[in-house]
Amino acid sequence: MGEKITIKRLNFFYGPKHALKNVNLAVGDREITALIGPSGCGKTTFLRCLNRMHDLYPGNRYEGEIILDGADILLPGLDLIKLRSKVGMVFQKPTPFPMSIFDNIAFGLKLNGRRDRRDAAARVEAALKVSALWDETKDRLHEPALALSGGQQQRLCIARAIAVEPEVILMDEPCSALDPVATAKIEDLMSELKRNYTVVIVTHNMQQAARVSDRTGFFMMGEVMEFGPTRKIFTAPANKLTEDYITGRFG
Amino acid sequence: MTREAYHKSLREAQDELMRLSEMAGAALKASMEALRKRDVEASRRIVRNDALVNKKRFEIEERCIYLIATQQPMAVDLRTLAAIINIVTDLERIGDHAEGIARISISIGDGPLVKPLVDMPVMADKALSMLQRCMKAFMERDAGTARRICDEDDAVDALYDAIYDELIHLMIEDPRIIKDATYLIWAAHNIERIADRATNIAERVVYMVTGKMEEMNVSKY
Repeated sequence: MGEKITIKRLNFFYGPKHALKNVNLAVGDREITALIGPSGCGKTTFLRCLNRMHDLYPGNRYEGEIILDGADILLPGLDLIKLRSKVGMVFQKPTPFPMSIFDNIAFGLKLNGRRDRRDAAARVEAALKVSALWDETKDRLHEPALALSGGQQQRLCIARAIAVEPEVILMDEPCSALDPVATAKIEDLMSELKRNYTVVIVTHNMQQAARVSDRTGFFMMGEVMEFGPTRKIFTAPANKLTEDYITGRFG
Repeated sequence: MTREAYHKSLREAQDELMRLSEMAGAALKASMEALRKRDVEASRRIVRNDALVNKKRFEIEERCIYLIATQQPMAVDLRTLAAIINIVTDLERIGDHAEGIARISISIGDGPLVKPLVDMPVMADKALSMLQRCMKAFMERDAGTARRICDEDDAVDALYDAIYDELIHLMIEDPRIIKDATYLIWAAHNIERIADRATNIAERVVYMVTGKMEEMNVSKY
């Protein structure tokens, strides 16, 4: 597999705070890349750079390059709506809108300028099928999304993200609010998703990173301490700090 | 189990592994001594004590499996546990080979050996030394020493060849000793296998330290 996103010498600042330091990393196309590290190490900050979520707040600044499909997404004048429809995001806690299951997905489509209702129905169904939620919701599409269980809500959010046909899906601790059964479903879903999508996931659960990902990056104090194939990171990491972290000797 | 308790248990598993290697090494030493002195009672004791080696092996293995199940060990911890689980098997088999020598000694009975033991004690000392230094390399995470120990297996194999040739020669000269001479060949073969097991342990030490699987010395037997 080739590279979908190549990050070169990325630095990021929250105002005066230097949060990411000279990050170099390559996200494989249609692979799952996991980011691990202690709290405050910069992994979520990094994830949010990939669809320029930080631009929602003033005073934030990027340096370096994030090359997505050959083009630098940090260049000024970039269409952020277009970027975010190409690079979708799923958050730590499920964030369904207070509307029906159907409308939760259709809403994202409308925001992206797709207003055809028939087209929407087909897309909602396809997205729910991909996120393995169709069988559980097909008879209750017009019931409130908030009536779904936490795991179902999170899969709904994934469905909402994929309905607009992104190429990359960013997941920020998508299972931290879920029980083990719901977590297993999301993990199975991730493995399905990588047939067609590139997935980048931030997780505190190292076993999860080890189970689902192809590449893993270990962050500490805003730097990437080690990045490589997951198999190597979890069996024989090259960096002592990585080893100490994943064996629970600090962090 | 807290993380601290986990690391303590991991250290204890290694200490227990050392205990097991001492038990297996002591059994080899005692079995050679009993063979040399024609001490049938001591040989019987070695056979009985092998049950303790087996018991200890299962205790260590269960501890490792429990740690894997409950602690999801990673990286060097995982490699250490994988190494221990493999090494306990080799140590238990070394115990079996020592027991085998004791059983041979019992089969030979009270009578004298067909020839005085010359090369066999040298061979046993070499095998025991390989085992002890492998275990030291394990505790000290010393892959270099582990690799070098593997090269010593050739010397053990050469001694086995010499013993084999000598005993075949004696049997041709005097067919009445075939039975007892064959027993001695079996005893030498047990020692040869112990050195091979030490080589296996060395391979595990190298994997534990480096994360790379290497086959280091393929025994000719």
